[in-house]
Amino acid sequence: MTNTTPARKKHRFWTMERKQSAAGWAFLAPASILIFIFSFWPMFQALLISFKTGKPTALKYAEPLWRNYQYMLKDKVFQQSIGNTFTYLIIQVPIMLVLAIIFASLLNNRDLKFRGLFRTCIFLPCATGLVAYSMIFRTMFELDGMINGILLNLNLINERINWLNNPNTAKAVIILGLIWRWTGYNMVFFLSGMQGIEYSIYEAARIDGANQFQQLIKITIPLLKPIILVTGIMSTNGTLQLFDESMNLTKGGPANTTITMSHYIYNKMFVGAPNFGYAAAMSFVILIMVAILSAIETKVGDKR
Amino acid sequence: MREGAASKYVTRFIMYAFLIIVSLISVFPLYWAFISAFNNTKEILGGRMIPSVYLIENLKNLFAQQNVGRAMLNSFGTSILQVFLALAISSIAGYGFEIYHDKYKDGLMSILMLAMMVPFVAVLVPLFQFFSKLKLLNTWAGFFLPGMATPFLIMYFRNSARNFPKDTIEAARIDGLNEFQIFIKMFIPMMQPTYASAATITFMNAWNSYLWPKVIMQTADSTTMPMLVSNLMAGYVIDYGVVMAGVTLCSLPTIIIFFLLQKSFTNAVAGAVK
Repeated sequence: MTNTTPARKKHRFWTMERKQSAAGWAFLAPASILIFIFSFWPMFQALLISFKTGKPTALKYAEPLWRNYQYMLKDKVFQQSIGNTFTYLIIQVPIMLVLAIIFASLLNNRDLKFRGLFRTCIFLPCATGLVAYSMIFRTMFELDGMINGILLNLNLINERINWLNNPNTAKAVIILGLIWRWTGYNMVFFLSGMQGIEYSIYEAARIDGANQFQQLIKITIPLLKPIILVTGIMSTNGTLQLFDESMNLTKGGPANTTITMSHYIYNKMFVGAPNFGYAAAMSFVILIMVAILSAIETKVGDKR
Repeated sequence: MREGAASKYVTRFIMYAFLIIVSLISVFPLYWAFISAFNNTKEILGGRMIPSVYLIENLKNLFAQQNVGRAMLNSFGTSILQVFLALAISSIAGYGFEIYHDKYKDGLMSILMLAMMVPFVAVLVPLFQFFSKLKLLNTWAGFFLPGMATPFLIMYFRNSARNFPKDTIEAARIDGLNEFQIFIKMFIPMMQPTYASAATITFMNAWNSYLWPKVIMQTADSTTMPMLVSNLMAGYVIDYGVVMAGVTLCSLPTIIIFFLLQKSFTNAVAGAVK
């Protein structure tokens, strides 16, 4: 390409090619610089801060340097927050992804009437803010609230359940909320993936007598593997960062039995005596967890 | 044969029943929150399923307790600014990465994609220190600066630039347009649906964001709508009518956008895996 225009002087520095490449660099520079400033540089800073201790205004390197990390081993609340977060992860993500695939494959059926309406309804929770839906769920599950009233009327329970004040039911309410909020979101990924699958494959399978379930297991899931992987990684990443629900739906309680890692880190930053060094150390642990889990999921996904 | 046909009807019936139940469960909490804005605490806790007459009273109490106007202004101001800035900066970057790609730019792109895996809490402490040093606490700029360039949006526009015909670029160059003019005059008009999708999802994310605003918007005057709603449950005596009025006001903008621009929103969500 460089010598396609013979009229041009031979040793000119700003060739067409170079000009265009430079324009490309100029276009992508602002965004790239911003990502370095607001993502990569703070990540590095967080590592440095995680070795420090003291008040936010007078941070000094701790002695020994890994003191904050050592403290985590003794910090029962932090360990509890890890346990809680992983409980949400292990229970909620599989249920949500399975439901999302089932809904998507039902809606992918072209003979289905009202497909658009069903899709809109199932997708609607995604338009709700996380704080807003936390408030709604909190109100519904109050001791003297609507859910208990309905269950009493149906004779399903004999006395009111204190949903948000019992560690197990409080966790269950958070998981229920997460499934409600995010299943439709994941369904959209699967629906868009299914549009890439030739519809005639399904028609042929139906002629061969395959039912919906067999079509799902034999055709849809193998072909959607890359998308299942992406949604799995995104949901894992998101669940490890849960904050709004813990903060607003249960306020971390009762007695820290529903607190998430991000919520605890926030508390260490702004509630009581702020400890930025320790907060940074814990946040770095989350970073490493996200990296390891994503790597594992990618590996497992590749093998299958 | 007849039995086969009958069982087909049964499966079909089960399928529709299942989908109807799932749809009702999906819609119910929002429906209930909206009608509860019309009800008082006793009716809400009692599980009243139709609107009553307390909407005006709930709104009056809400506006008396909280500076709703200010929070609305902050939420709309920051979200709209974030949409414009994020789209401008990230779209031109995505265009640059795709149209002028070489191995160095591709390499940089893969590094930037790693930022997608960085959990926001992992940068929270340094970002907070950085923003307080720059005196950006309690400012709109503080709100939207970290969200101006996102790996997701860059990737989204890079993928859409793949469908931008090379002939158009060549023709525009022959017509004497420079590289920036080609982006402004050819790419942006042609990619309007992509911009619409990116705008909807960016607005929704900005409007609903909570952790970052909670960290840097610390004064009453810089509160955003999600923070305001969160504050409604802080007291000892909770007026659920007021809470639901707040939840409704906070959700209306995103719900309206959802219904008006559902296709754009769906495309943006699905765009993450294309």
